[in-house]
Amino acid sequence: MNRFAALLDRLGYEPRRNAKLRLLVDYFRHTSDPDRGYALAAMTGALMFKEAKPGLIRGLVEERTDPELFRMSYHYVGDLAETVALIWPTPGHESVAPASDIPAIGHNNPPPHVPTLTEVIETLATTGKSDLPARVAGWMDALDETGRWALIKLITRELRVGVSARLAKTAVAQLGQIEPDEVELVWHGLEAPYEDLFAWVEGRGEKPESGNPAPFRPSMLSHPLEDEDFAKLEASEFLAEWKWDGIRLQAAAGHDSDGRPVRRIYSRTGEDVSRAFPDLVEALDFEGAIDGELLIVREGRVQTFNVLQQRLNRKAVTPKLIAEFPAHLRVYDILFEGEEDLRALHFAERRRRLEVLVSKLNDPRIDLSPMVPFKTWEDLAAARADPASVGAGPDADAIEGCMVKRANSPYLPGRPKGYWYKWKRDPYLVDAVMMYGQRGHGKRSSFYSDYTFGVWRDGPGGEELVPVGKAYHGFTDEELVKLDRYVRNHTVKRFGPVREVEYGKDKGLVLEVAFEGLQRSTRHKSGVAMRFPRINRIRWDKPAAEADRIETLEKILERGEQEVHPLKDQGAKRQGKRKEA
Amino acid sequence: MALRSTDILTQTPQGLYCPLGDFHIDPVRPVKRALITHGHSDHARSGHRSVMATRETLRIMGVRYGEDFAGSTQEATLRESLQVGDVTVRFTPAGHVLGSAQVSIEAGGTRVVVSGDYKRAEDPTCMPYEVVPCDVFITEATFGLPVFRHPDTRGEVRKLLDSVALFPERAHIVGAYALGKAQRVMALLREEGYDQPIYLHGAMERLTELYKSEGIPLGETPKVVASERGKLAGAIVICPPSSIQDLWSRRFPDPVTCFASGWMRVRARARQKGVELPLVISDHSDWDDLCRTIRETGASEVWVTHGQEDALVHWCTTHGIKARPLHMLGYGDEGEAEEAAHPPLEGEGRERSERGGVETPPSESVGANHPTSALRADPPPQGEDEKGEVETP
Repeated sequence: MNRFAALLDRLGYEPRRNAKLRLLVDYFRHTSDPDRGYALAAMTGALMFKEAKPGLIRGLVEERTDPELFRMSYHYVGDLAETVALIWPTPGHESVAPASDIPAIGHNNPPPHVPTLTEVIETLATTGKSDLPARVAGWMDALDETGRWALIKLITRELRVGVSARLAKTAVAQLGQIEPDEVELVWHGLEAPYEDLFAWVEGRGEKPESGNPAPFRPSMLSHPLEDEDFAKLEASEFLAEWKWDGIRLQAAAGHDSDGRPVRRIYSRTGEDVSRAFPDLVEALDFEGAIDGELLIVREGRVQTFNVLQQRLNRKAVTPKLIAEFPAHLRVYDILFEGEEDLRALHFAERRRRLEVLVSKLNDPRIDLSPMVPFKTWEDLAAARADPASVGAGPDADAIEGCMVKRANSPYLPGRPKGYWYKWKRDPYLVDAVMMYGQRGHGKRSSFYSDYTFGVWRDGPGGEELVPVGKAYHGFTDEELVKLDRYVRNHTVKRFGPVREVEYGKDKGLVLEVAFEGLQRSTRHKSGVAMRFPRINRIRWDKPAAEADRIETLEKILERGEQEVHPLKDQGAKRQGKRKEA
Repeated sequence: MALRSTDILTQTPQGLYCPLGDFHIDPVRPVKRALITHGHSDHARSGHRSVMATRETLRIMGVRYGEDFAGSTQEATLRESLQVGDVTVRFTPAGHVLGSAQVSIEAGGTRVVVSGDYKRAEDPTCMPYEVVPCDVFITEATFGLPVFRHPDTRGEVRKLLDSVALFPERAHIVGAYALGKAQRVMALLREEGYDQPIYLHGAMERLTELYKSEGIPLGETPKVVASERGKLAGAIVICPPSSIQDLWSRRFPDPVTCFASGWMRVRARARQKGVELPLVISDHSDWDDLCRTIRETGASEVWVTHGQEDALVHWCTTHGIKARPLHMLGYGDEGEAEEAAHPPLEGEGRERSERGGVETPPSESVGANHPTSALRADPPPQGEDEKGEVETP
């Protein structure tokens, strides 16, 4: 448990992906089975035990500490798991106990046994609810502060150390000379503690069989298309389709050895997200694997990303949620049909196979992403500028550009060069005034690299700036040095890592901010939240008084809000809006 | 009949004052006669007419403020009783940093001990704390919450060495206070068998030389040459806490930001400072040691000078010990609570005291260019702490 705790502790502070990877590889290399396998399971979300509720932890600590001291400590630390881990009274540390409970000094009890990760996991899987508190308390007594913190994180299933399942698997692959995608392919047939997997990557055992009839296959990704690329690309060798503003998914279906259907939905990185989309899983009545975009479609019309977000990240997927936000898969590629691997075929050929499959499926929840006809790049540019004019119809708002794919491209894992391109529509631009600078992280931790910016609005005392977003990229390293110096030289106030800079009608720095969309937000003072804001240009030349006003953003918002509202309250809401107008 | 404790010690705007002996202890403003517990800049200030302190503390003050830091100085010999006015004064090791001492004051059968800052944990760079039985114990409470439990320093140093082994192409930049912590970290590294040169920021150099001249072996500790920073892959570099976030540290190869401090116990505090490798190494007592020490002194009354007073006062009260917070301003861990360490302005001290506990969380440590540095009554310690930290890209 101590090694695992030390790993989590270190990962929690480490912002760099490569450094995380190194820490993981080092842990897997120097930790024996089955501990490392359970650690892998914990980090990939593959552990099967009922999580402990924070209330259990709280109850245990309240029995052991002076309530006033606990209250002050919790107030100071701000995190329950951490407060409990730090304040937990162990023998020799009785000064937090309620005054009447001080034990006699000196005892002959043996030192408590520090549990291994394996013991913890195996015990959790078999311990009943009533025995759990005593078990947890025993472990807490034996562990140190970091160990207790990790234990609480583990048993409440709140690891949150910034390690994705993909990163953990990549670390396992690096133990041997194996591609992460190979681990991915066998992954779903394996179970914790993965001794066969470690044996294989370390060259001590056979490659494990994939027992999963509906496995994830690594997705093929695209490169952004830059203006200078067109001269090098021959339009006739490419096909185009819309780029949908949704979530990339892979749907796989097959049968297990007993002939029962197995249907799974994976994210772009191979996380199994089937549980979040039962309505879509139901529709996967085919054998193979298809690639497409998750969208919300109401009354035959694709909704904006803002609407889609309301379906995501919900813990409980209720019938109400499904009815209000019906999931839809708009497909554009096929990887497998039955047992047949189609990935080596040309894109055009796979597309024909996909069209046949979709028409056979005949389910309104799954449809084809239409092709965009074009002869020259100029044609495509015109279509991209106005999707509605080339048949996108009412879905045009959910289109964020074009995908341009070489007609003869195979389906390759990762981001191979020269096959697929994304050509995003031009971002929105707004001129805003810098209001705050914040220190960045990692390599930028000495630089004020995160900027909060605002636009003008009418306030009680005349025109005032209201913050509308925060951006931390889009500029070059040289520009960063200049922006950092600007923040340092124009600071008027400091709040920890944040500095407020000078701004007003006659002073301040104008930033041209590019962003992909807007959303109403109750969390922001201005009532709007930006998607992917970045600094497009630094307008050293522009006076702050000439920056944009909030009305510019309101107009963009209104355009995006012409969406179909959930069935029930649709009438009421629309009427309400009209009245206001 | 025994005197009342307040006859021996009272609180004044300058700090703790002994009327019977006519002297202040660790005053925050220039006074006629000052007894200084240790050399940290919030306790040892320049400009007093006369100063009494241990030989090491006087040397440290000389290095920080120049040899003319006081009108006259008097060396206090440890454990030796001295008559000052109508009281007997004695200095005893406090285990905080080199030269640190508690001051005990005795008159009419009552003994009051001012502990200054102290710790009970082992430290190869200074003499260990000695318990002085007393009637009134005056304690700090920098880490006066039960969440502060300092771990074994060896484990923390091993964490650093493990990281150096795992990332040999990166430089490890360790933030540590220039007096005490920096040298303790060096000594701990040597104890763990690290024999490579330990590179120092310019602000560390003179105090480190002073430690070495006091016979504390710290090994080879070259000063970082600005133009050579890029070549220090795999090295351990020690610098003031404010420099770990400064551009100064970014010129090293892919630096790992480390910070040796008791505050690193709390994750959110470490994150706020952008620390990637927190090292929980403190020169203050943790909660358990504060409580243990209060018990061992046998004091029937405790005054808490600064830090997280409320929790410690609560603990004393529930354990039958009379206790009160002094809410003293002007003290805090060097650099860590620098804003709190500014001497109070006229009136401000009283106002804030009435408001009750001024929390001194680990604020961002600030350089000489901090806007509130204008509020200082004394000039900030010149050179040693601030020099070399301010660097513009």
